[in-house]
Amino acid sequence: MDESIRISVKKFNAWYGEKHALKDVDIEIPRNRIVAMIGPSGCGKSTFLRSINRMNDLIEGFKAQGSMLLDDRDIYDKDIDVTKLRRNVGMVFQKPNPFPMTIAENISYGLRINRMFKGKKDMLLQVEKSLIEAGLWEEVKDDLDKSAFELSGGQQQRLCIARALVIRPQVILMDEPTASLDPISTAKIEELIQVLKKEYTIVIVTHNMQQAARVADRTAFFMLGEIVEYGDTAKMFTKPDKKITEDYITGRFG
Amino acid sequence: MVEKTAQDLDASEKTLKARYGAQAAGFIIVKICVLIVLTALGVLIGFIVMKGFGVVNFEFLTAMPKNGMIEGGIFPAILGTFLLSMGALLFALPTGILTAVWLTEYATSKKFVRIIRIGINSLAGVPSIVFGLFGLAFFVKFMQFGPSLLSGSLVLGILILPTVIGSSEEALLTVPRAFKEASLSLGATRWETMYKVILPNSVSGIITGVILSVGRAAGETAPILMTGATFYMARLPDSIFSKVMALPYHIYALMTEGSHKEQTAIAYGTALVLLMLVIAINSAAIYIRIRARRARKW
Repeated sequence: MDESIRISVKKFNAWYGEKHALKDVDIEIPRNRIVAMIGPSGCGKSTFLRSINRMNDLIEGFKAQGSMLLDDRDIYDKDIDVTKLRRNVGMVFQKPNPFPMTIAENISYGLRINRMFKGKKDMLLQVEKSLIEAGLWEEVKDDLDKSAFELSGGQQQRLCIARALVIRPQVILMDEPTASLDPISTAKIEELIQVLKKEYTIVIVTHNMQQAARVADRTAFFMLGEIVEYGDTAKMFTKPDKKITEDYITGRFG
Repeated sequence: MVEKTAQDLDASEKTLKARYGAQAAGFIIVKICVLIVLTALGVLIGFIVMKGFGVVNFEFLTAMPKNGMIEGGIFPAILGTFLLSMGALLFALPTGILTAVWLTEYATSKKFVRIIRIGINSLAGVPSIVFGLFGLAFFVKFMQFGPSLLSGSLVLGILILPTVIGSSEEALLTVPRAFKEASLSLGATRWETMYKVILPNSVSGIITGVILSVGRAAGETAPILMTGATFYMARLPDSIFSKVMALPYHIYALMTEGSHKEQTAIAYGTALVLLMLVIAINSAAIYIRIRARRARKW
């Protein structure tokens, strides 16, 4: 298997009860790259994303079939430990969802859960490091004991990114991370994503095609539960292989 | 869109008066109903206060009954009701919360959950005297706890269990799903998510529901009639196997046994104390709820 592939998906199918949400999805997601998932509402892009950390397991009636390998291990294997999987596959959600705790506690939650620190000093150091990575440190360093809800929406989302980073996952899933943010906050997060790809593999679902064009190395276009086209973002947005991709990208439907 | 003809407009014009008439009649009926409720409440409280106010004083609240119950205070009954309520709470709180946790977070089969819910709701509909009978047969006789504080508390605990489960479930479900998902996505187990994120954020809702049910337990007579309440005790209860006096049963006993006319006054005094106690408990619940709602930020 190709060394540079982090997630390899073959003939992956998913159902919510009777609804066939993902159909024979094949995709390879390279290491240290940003891959964007685009497509109209209900096309399965979010379902696909939430399949990677098995967040869909929470939904009654969800069923998955086919193979989805993360570093050669099948995510849906019976022997896989879901808690461990999620610890290695971080997630940033559509709406910023900090815990109702202080800023510092929000970050240290993952450290405490996964017992990843040696003493208080080490913990604070790791909190600081991940806040710096998320580009939030300068804004919050004096307010670490304030409630996370006092931050603006954009700051909250960067806090959530820092919270995901602090436990050093291998992959970060982002489910429309800027959908509820203003353009300036969006720009900051997009910049941040670019920096993060040096260390992480990032899969991002977005409704915003310009965003995919700006940040992603590769883009997958989903429709009706299938991947219509997957390839280099630059090519996809200039010379897509399929007419329907072009129609979607140019805004003829969606 | 279909355009309205002049005729349609005329027709609606004509009916307008009748529609306003119907509205006025409706509002009058609504107002009468509200008035009936408020009057009933006012008369009830006023009556108890008027009849009972004369006997309630410091001694009444803190002294032992004297001279065949026609003098002295009702302290043992106040204490008894307090102990019974606390005992009920001690049983119902952990059992109820953990059941609610299981129902909302752990149960995987929806069908099974539905059956359990039907069972819990049926429990809520069982007449309280039936709980008393069950307590007599099971705790007093079969478990050999005898008529005691323990038996009475357990029966009251079971009685309020449906309310505790219900309000706990409701409180647990108000915690946004997003918190739960965030916690799980960081590699927390479901149990860690439960006690570090979901429970701390629903505790005020749970407490509110629980306090309200304690008010209910404090006022019940039938369940403790056969399982632990006693008309008169010379001493205060000294173990969980002691019988206890209790406010509601005290009222019942004063009005049904003996023939001194002072008993009636003491009964109303006791009723007033019980009423105040329940109002105080409910106010505490309301206060906690308001405070929690203000503090909540999501």
